[in-house]
Amino acid sequence: MSAIPKPGAAPALIEFRGVTKIYGQGQAAFQALDGVDLTIREGEFVAIMGPSGSGKSTAMNILGCLDSPTNGSYLFRGVHVERLSRDQRARLRRFYLGFVFQGFNLLARTSALENVELPLIYRGLARAERHRRALQALEAVGLAEWADHTPAELSGGQQQRVAIARAIVTDPAVLLADEPTGNLDTARSRELMELIAGLNRDQGITIAMVTHEPDMAGYAGRLVHFVDGRVDSDEPNPHRR
Amino acid sequence: MLWNTLVLALREIRRNLMRSFLTVLGIVIGVAAVITMVTLGNGATVMVSEQISSLGSNLLMIHPGKRMGPGRDTSGASNFRLADAEAIARDVAAVRAVAPTSSAGVTAVYANENWSTTVTGSSGDYFTVGNWTLAEGRAFNAAEQRAGTAVCVIGATVRKQLYGGQDPIGTKLRMKNFSCEVIGLLQSKGQSAMGRDQDDTIVMPLRTVQRRLAGNQDVGSIMVSVRDGADTAKAQSDIERLMRERRHIAANEDDNFNVFDTRQIAETLTGTTRVLTALLSAVAAVSLLVGGIGIMNIMLVSVTERTREIGIRMAIGALEREVLLQFLVEAVVLSSLGGLAGILLAVAASLVLAGVMGVPFILDPAITLVAFLFSAAVGVVFGYFPARRAAQLDPIEALRHE
Repeated sequence: MSAIPKPGAAPALIEFRGVTKIYGQGQAAFQALDGVDLTIREGEFVAIMGPSGSGKSTAMNILGCLDSPTNGSYLFRGVHVERLSRDQRARLRRFYLGFVFQGFNLLARTSALENVELPLIYRGLARAERHRRALQALEAVGLAEWADHTPAELSGGQQQRVAIARAIVTDPAVLLADEPTGNLDTARSRELMELIAGLNRDQGITIAMVTHEPDMAGYAGRLVHFVDGRVDSDEPNPHRR
Repeated sequence: MLWNTLVLALREIRRNLMRSFLTVLGIVIGVAAVITMVTLGNGATVMVSEQISSLGSNLLMIHPGKRMGPGRDTSGASNFRLADAEAIARDVAAVRAVAPTSSAGVTAVYANENWSTTVTGSSGDYFTVGNWTLAEGRAFNAAEQRAGTAVCVIGATVRKQLYGGQDPIGTKLRMKNFSCEVIGLLQSKGQSAMGRDQDDTIVMPLRTVQRRLAGNQDVGSIMVSVRDGADTAKAQSDIERLMRERRHIAANEDDNFNVFDTRQIAETLTGTTRVLTALLSAVAAVSLLVGGIGIMNIMLVSVTERTREIGIRMAIGALEREVLLQFLVEAVVLSSLGGLAGILLAVAASLVLAGVMGVPFILDPAITLVAFLFSAAVGVVFGYFPARRAAQLDPIEALRHE
């Protein structure tokens, strides 16, 4: 069961209630999630860990409103996401979520600035305002002077920082990071994690991050372990870096 | 949002310039072919109309015999007399000028040159009815007509064949058993719509031809010019009634003459031109269809290539219809650009071909607009399927796509 909110604790941002996900049917059916209960509060930095096939990526997809649970409820600020239509979930992503992927997923042959501007275009912001905010976000990740460069001209670490700028440019309610350091070497990974942890610490951005590297999870305030589609352990990080 | 989509589409097209060009080539050729066909067809139609009006304005031709053309039946149809022409001029209100004509083939001789041509005997009205103007000299006068004086007005071809660069006015032209004085030279009219050389002619007073060449009092045909604005059909039926009366045709008998409105030739010929233009345009339009399929093909490839990008956009919060719109706009922009290029190509090709074929260049703005809109519509129709495929991608699958 989810923890009973302590008096004075931040309100629940994300709440999984008995979330089950089954892929396929009959003999081929595969249960990725099996009754997961999980609550993430405003301002938390949660690392979701587990071996591959443990269901952590599935959980992340549902968390990111890219997928719907087969059974159970996913409440985002009290809204039942599983009852929303495809377009309603797209709007929820547009206004409340920021994504960082393992593979960076920037638009090729498109400048860093234009990549960061992209979510603002879908929010319908005017050009000048888009420009200003995108530059601000690039500055926040330390890449203001690389604004005109395309992803091919940037290193992996720089690309991932552009991706982070793109995710935070909209001031999302939660930043979802799926193995953000998976394609980076250790030094770059550390730098990136410092950046992400800083966003949580200094700007209070709620972060949910999937990783299988204990080293990277060390930056989080809370560690959730998935095993066989269930939450195996869920506890504060005693050795937060 | 739409403006952004447009900019995005243009950027995407520029990114794959060569491929975009090859993609729209079908549209370019289709649009260019259709517009060129229609433009040249219009030019040909106008040229034909101009040639018809060079025959004479509001011209009715009255011939003996039941009908014109193949199977013409002249049995039992007597020729006209001068009095018939005079009666038409007197009794039919809408008539402007009446020219009774009698023609004969002759060989005209001047100095060492000779030339076979047709002599037409008529009144001074012949020049009015036939839209003839004189380049030099004068037409014959009333006294010469009455007397049947041996004077003649020659066409440009006759002059060229017999005189070369010499001035014909005042010279004597010999034919058969008499010679006549050349008093005038006709302004050249060129070929008729039927391809006959209208300038290969000699005109003399009717009586001169009747006496010296034909040897009878017959009038082979009567040419009538109807007043501008007057009802040609009414004039035609008035003439028919008058002629039946004069030729004593009983109520149950068919006409033994016919009144022919030259506008009918114009209508037949322009009709033929139109049908040909429509046929050729239809063939050209097939290229537009093929071009559309080309666009669909490339858009499908583009959707596959950009699956990951679509995934990113969806994760960021793009709605299904926004993704749809993006690809649709791209297809429409692509095909519209093809349409524009096609119009430019058509204008260039029509200008050149109109010059080569000697027809006037008449660009129809309506057809140009329709061709452009059609090319845009091709983009919508053939872009929709790939765009919908893009919009319905699963974002998770799309993001995972390599």
